[in-house]
Amino acid sequence: MSSDKHVAKSDSTQVEKVPNQNRPIIPAVDIYEDAQGIYLKADMPGVSKNNLDIQINNDTLSINGEMEIPVSERMEALYADIRSKRYQRSFSISRELDSDKIDASLNDGVLTMHIPKRDQFQSRKIEVQVE
Amino acid sequence: MFGNLGGFENNLFDEFRHVEQELEWLLGNPSATGNIRSVAKGAYPPINIATNSEQVDVYLFAAGIDPASLDISIQRNILTVKGERKPDEKDRAAGNFYRKERFEGAFHRVVTLPDDVDPEKVEARYTNGVLRIIVMRHEAAKPRQIEIN
Repeated sequence: MSSDKHVAKSDSTQVEKVPNQNRPIIPAVDIYEDAQGIYLKADMPGVSKNNLDIQINNDTLSINGEMEIPVSERMEALYADIRSKRYQRSFSISRELDSDKIDASLNDGVLTMHIPKRDQFQSRKIEVQVE
Repeated sequence: MFGNLGGFENNLFDEFRHVEQELEWLLGNPSATGNIRSVAKGAYPPINIATNSEQVDVYLFAAGIDPASLDISIQRNILTVKGERKPDEKDRAAGNFYRKERFEGAFHRVVTLPDDVDPEKVEARYTNGVLRIIVMRHEAAKPRQIEIN
């Protein structure tokens, strides 16, 4: 009976350790589109400009960030909602978006991006002829 | 594998998130006795608390907040943080949202700190979207070397 308990306990600690250390945080995003292009906002608190990495590779936009949190000496964790220091999220972007002209800025941990549409894909108003 | 930026609801990722939440609910065992002030996982903003013999550090991961809108108060060892995250007017005007996952509106979190904190010695800083509140502990709580005569 007591040995059963022991086995169950060691199992659960193992399960908890592996994913929590390595699994990156999926940042919450807002995405909307207008006639000019797509706007994306991502919450990445703790990330400074130097620790932010945005890449476009084969129509995949990937956003990576590493948190940099000032910690005092000899600190022990009492409680933690956030258990990873890494942010990671990817999106596929379609061809009509001009990935060369992406505009990105980071303010108080909020990443704001604008991905414009290529000129020929910008929507244009179609006049209705009335006779 | 990846969510399409311009597409409709992304199925797989959201499914995973959903499953993850369900699992957390199951593994978190809500029937167990918890602190009355504890909240469900996923409350905004997420909080980490760390401590050493001199101080207690509370981190709130709240990106894009006007620090002036924050209301931080401490009563004995109960720390309360209230604030509001206002949506950008320009964003709000845009109707065509594909995703709206970011938190919006008022929030309120209460944290029970260790008993020996000194409510007179608190400082708060907001950097890169992280609010760090440092609460010093009373002298008596610090470990003390006892000499043997």
